Amino acid sequence: MGSLWFWIVGVMVTLYVVLDGFDLGAGVIYLIAGKTSEERRRILRTIGPVWDGNEVWLLAAGATLYFAFPQLYASSFSGFYLPLMMVLWLLMLRAVGIEFRAHIENSIWQEFFDVLFSGSSILLCVFFGAALGNVVRGVPLDATGYFFEPLWTNFKLGPHPGILDWYTVLIGVLALVTLAAHGSHYVALKTDGELGRRAQGFALLAWPLQFFLTCTSLLATYFIRPDVMANYGRHKIGLLVPIVVFSSLAVMLWATPKSKETTAFMASSLYITGMLVGAAFALYPVVLPARDHQYDLTIENTSAGIHGLQVGLVWWTMGAVLALGYFTYVYRMFRGKVQAGEGHY
Amino acid sequence: MDSALLIHRLHFAFTATFHYLFPQLTMGLALLIVVLKTIGLRRNDPFYHQAARFWGKIFGINFVLGVVTGIPMEFQFGTNWSVFSRFSGGVIGQTLGMEGMFAFFLESAFLGLFLYGEKRLSPRAHWLSAVAVFVGSWLSGYFIIATDAFMQFPVGYFRATDGSLQLASFWDFVLNRWALWQYAHNMSGAAITGAFIMTAVGAFYLLSGKWIEYGRIFVTVGVIAGAMFSILQVFPTGDRQGQMVTDYQPVTLAAMEGLFHGQIAAPLVLMGQPNVQQGKIDNPLAVPGVLSMLTFRRWSAHVRGLDAFPTEDWPGNIPLLYYSYHIMVGLGTLFIVVMVVALLLLWRGKLFNARWMLWILMLCAPFPYIANTAGWLTAELGRQPWLIYGLMRTEDGYSKSVSAGNGMFTLLGFMGMYTALGILFLFLVRREIENGPLELEPALEAHSTTEAR
Repeated sequence: MGSLWFWIVGVMVTLYVVLDGFDLGAGVIYLIAGKTSEERRRILRTIGPVWDGNEVWLLAAGATLYFAFPQLYASSFSGFYLPLMMVLWLLMLRAVGIEFRAHIENSIWQEFFDVLFSGSSILLCVFFGAALGNVVRGVPLDATGYFFEPLWTNFKLGPHPGILDWYTVLIGVLALVTLAAHGSHYVALKTDGELGRRAQGFALLAWPLQFFLTCTSLLATYFIRPDVMANYGRHKIGLLVPIVVFSSLAVMLWATPKSKETTAFMASSLYITGMLVGAAFALYPVVLPARDHQYDLTIENTSAGIHGLQVGLVWWTMGAVLALGYFTYVYRMFRGKVQAGEGHY
Repeated sequence: MDSALLIHRLHFAFTATFHYLFPQLTMGLALLIVVLKTIGLRRNDPFYHQAARFWGKIFGINFVLGVVTGIPMEFQFGTNWSVFSRFSGGVIGQTLGMEGMFAFFLESAFLGLFLYGEKRLSPRAHWLSAVAVFVGSWLSGYFIIATDAFMQFPVGYFRATDGSLQLASFWDFVLNRWALWQYAHNMSGAAITGAFIMTAVGAFYLLSGKWIEYGRIFVTVGVIAGAMFSILQVFPTGDRQGQMVTDYQPVTLAAMEGLFHGQIAAPLVLMGQPNVQQGKIDNPLAVPGVLSMLTFRRWSAHVRGLDAFPTEDWPGNIPLLYYSYHIMVGLGTLFIVVMVVALLLLWRGKLFNARWMLWILMLCAPFPYIANTAGWLTAELGRQPWLIYGLMRTEDGYSKSVSAGNGMFTLLGFMGMYTALGILFLFLVRREIENGPLELEPALEAHSTTEAR
């Protein structure tokens, strides 16, 4: 039962990164891709009706984590106290940046919200990447089951690492590049003309960097934690992960210059899915590794009572079916390319 | 008081209080927008549709603030109250999870369609999207109330071998009777905020002689809803809520009412300042026997005072609890008087010309916010010293691993952030009210796509 919920939370987090990832990525390239106020508005209109719904996956994943693994929620949220609070502030600034920009037709007002939106998007990508890096690297849990990580210590991976060290920064940069590319594919898919071509150009530009960082981060992960390979050795199905990751990179390289925007965007989504599933696969059944492995938080020692988990499966399934229904409907309503012209944002 | 405990309590109290300024209007307006849309659809009246669009814009601004200030609430269970989360997550994780799966997805998906999709939807589908937003926001309210009700009156759980609470009965927990009345009371309170705000804007338009047609619609809908919910707020919802406090939290009742000594024919203190040191009310203005009547339905009934309970079980801040409760009740009474008089004038066809009454209606706008805030303070201060009534004390629930210094850092951050957001909100809403309903294009559209429809 606990394992099932491990993968449910994993799927929700992956959906969050794939969906909110493209609107975060659109925010990363926003200031340089949108040269004029009209182009910037067009980028906002590609994400306008969906970004809020995408972000709900973060809340829903967080709440499901709380429900299924209360001990993990308690330890990780209090341990990552400072970066999480900063993520909250950034999410606020970003939402305000998107939604309130259009309320006043004034270039000073709009420039301010442009920078707010793009700046917070960039920082959020780095934070989310660094967070993933922390989870893979392990945190200084002790016998109490709690820990507290400062933002940084000496940028090394000693027994008292900070949120930011060379490894987590590397993963943060990988996340930034990946989501910038993901957002570029999305903007290229949803717009045409000059703006669409420019977004396509960014996606091409990001590719070599993304490829290089993917290889580097995989090597670095093996270097800092050789035991991540254990599950891959035990279960051969895990070898699908690198195949998916590298073939989707190849598809992106092939499809982008040919303007096959849907294929490229799907490949980028698949790449993200592959990377996240790969991380989850390596960790399982640990949910939050400790620097000292005897204090690892696992599915077994963090999950909620069995009856609660069974009941939850009933309503979670109903909720997920409904949510997928709404998403299909909304994305269908707003399908197609976004044209220049009047409209909200 | 341990300084880390104080910081973590302030952290949650401040962010929750500020947050709830927005959802109460969201939930109240969602209901009234459905009313406007329904009348518009049935009478085919463009004024009502336009009125719904106008309130949709204010709703949209308010909603954004509600969302961004709401996310920290969920996070803080883990960041600031991790011991509590570890202890009770196996139970209250259920409602918080359901809120995400059922309410947030529904709201977020249909809000975009409601605000920007009017042109691409049929009138009926657009009406449905307004209903979906209403259902989503009211569902969200229920899950939060059910979570709070568990903290007030825990049911449906068992203690696991590791000491944590786990779910024993889903339906007992979700249909907690405390939650049912608290929900009714709270939602009626949200509807009052929506009704008073709509009325106040209408009164402002009528007084300033602008957008008279809309002013009349707003005042009519607002006053009818306001009168209805102001009465529901006291009876039966407030009365039943009070009954539950009497039955299950008697020490809280004594503190709320400022009853230091148990007595028969206990008086209802209307005004006065609690003097905890000397165990009495200074400058009391009290009506004998009324408290006994309200709580036990007998004038001569004995009501237990604070002296019947050990001091360590008294709510920690009796004066603030007492004032919150009295402010809530006082304002609730005022709402009934104002709205019933306005309703009579409306019925006699005199309200739109009664400038004195329009002035009162306009100036009443802030009071529902104060009353709702005071009501929540009453509920949460009244629960002290317990975090989960009878099961966990507040001092045991906060994150021991997060120091007071780190807590203060983020508390100050939130204070700064919320000050800026509050100013931004007032500025943008003021602009919408100033621009008025006529400035709106019929159906704003976010997107125009290439496909032919």
